[in-house]
Amino acid sequence: MILVFADRTDDDLYRQALTFAGTLGDGEVHAVGIDDPAGYSPDGWATALADAASQRGATIVVGPGTERGNEVLAHVAAILDLPFAANCTQAAPGAPLTLTRVRWGGSLLEEARMHGSPALLTVAPHAVAADPAVADTSLELLPAKADARVRVSERVETATAGVSLADADVVVSGGRGVGSAEGFAVIEELAALLGAAVGCSRAVTSAGWRPHTDQVGQTGTKISPSLYVACGISGATQHMAGCKGAKKLMAINPDNEASIFASADYAVYGDLHEVVPAISAEIRRTRGGG
Amino acid sequence: MNVLVCVKRVPLTGGKIVLTDDERAISTRHLGFTVSPHEECGAEEAVRLIEQHGGSSTVLTLGPPEAEEQLRDMMALGIDRAVHLVTDGEEWDPQATAQAIVEAIQNEAEPPDLILFGNESADAGNYQVAIRVAHKLGLPVVTGVKAIGKDDGHFRCEQEVPGGRDVYVVPAPAVVTVKEGLNLPRYPSVPGRLRAKRKPLDAATPERPAPKLEMVKLTLPPTSGKQAEVLGNGAGAAPAVVAVLNDLGLL
Repeated sequence: MILVFADRTDDDLYRQALTFAGTLGDGEVHAVGIDDPAGYSPDGWATALADAASQRGATIVVGPGTERGNEVLAHVAAILDLPFAANCTQAAPGAPLTLTRVRWGGSLLEEARMHGSPALLTVAPHAVAADPAVADTSLELLPAKADARVRVSERVETATAGVSLADADVVVSGGRGVGSAEGFAVIEELAALLGAAVGCSRAVTSAGWRPHTDQVGQTGTKISPSLYVACGISGATQHMAGCKGAKKLMAINPDNEASIFASADYAVYGDLHEVVPAISAEIRRTRGGG
Repeated sequence: MNVLVCVKRVPLTGGKIVLTDDERAISTRHLGFTVSPHEECGAEEAVRLIEQHGGSSTVLTLGPPEAEEQLRDMMALGIDRAVHLVTDGEEWDPQATAQAIVEAIQNEAEPPDLILFGNESADAGNYQVAIRVAHKLGLPVVTGVKAIGKDDGHFRCEQEVPGGRDVYVVPAPAVVTVKEGLNLPRYPSVPGRLRAKRKPLDAATPERPAPKLEMVKLTLPPTSGKQAEVLGNGAGAAPAVVAVLNDLGLL
């Protein structure tokens, strides 16, 4: 029997985890969530999940590849003193269970064996497409443990101005090639014309030119816009881990050999400080003329 | 207050990852090394907390002899001393890593009030060493933290969630995992680098147990194989770019 931790912070990733569990062919799939009026508690929820796994003789416990999915499963692993594989793309039940998981934010895959039962794993985001048929799986809510050590005590809402990076349909980003904080004026101008969010690479946030909240990357925001315009970005794995969800990628870079072009749908060779203002001017011209 | 920060030596990957012949590691012949980005912010936070509240900061790593370079780098940021759990370069699984760190912490003359980790390492990304350490030491753990405040024996930790921040208040001693964006790490000064060479470093050589999460080999994900459509060179490409934007329905 397979238990799936129903973390509902991201419904799509939860359904991907259910779908993944269904493909393992290791018995029935049961989704369990935690009913906790006191709010989220990683250790409290994990204790409830670990108890359920033990009492019901689960052979595999699957979580979604969300922050909470990875956190709760890691607590379950610590409580049961069992191994745990985060962000798996494939798994085959057995003793040991064999699996493939992502490293480096998806730039590398690891094939591994996990020695321990129940096998504990989370499903890497978008490793499988959510099967709409699993939507009706009955969800059971377990009572939380009252003696949790750590619990959310307060939620602070943040006011967002403009288009949010994570949800934007178009993102225009600048990298080291922008050269300075002031240099982002041309990026902001194009973004405004396209109704896009402004992003940047890690080189830019490390230099202090933009706040970390603008960073697209493995240690920043992961985006999935219809179009991603990468200006003066070389395409390090750190950056590509954040933008690989983009449906179309347009790269503007003076170095024809830059690795970003290997992932690009559209390439413009040139200095962004010449190309980007010219694109903005052309958009204005066509709009003015239309 | 004593703050301990755990870091991991990882290669500075560029645009393309190349594997070693045995497919068990990244070929680092042409690469430099660093610590995972989240952990560098952890080290910076440790330095700031000690500057503000007084006390001592320690950096700990489990890694090959060469990882002393990363310990010295962190001491150049302002960390006071280092603990090096020296390995033969073979990868340790998360359970073994956590156990070795727990034993090292239990051997400390003065136990830490705050133990910092990165939320996940840049390379393996196992998301669990800190949580395992906390359970073994019987301490509370908060993950993915982007702001830490200290008052009256408690740590106030803010975790970024969609639409806002969740706040956790935990009593010291505690384990906290941090994310990049917590702060902007300083650039080490030349005097800082010189001082770092003379700061104390304790080394131990723990025994590696058989892995429970056993890496078999690494593979590169399939490439997209797509060929970019070249829209032109320099400013002259603008009309072709605008035509594409128009085709995509974005204008």
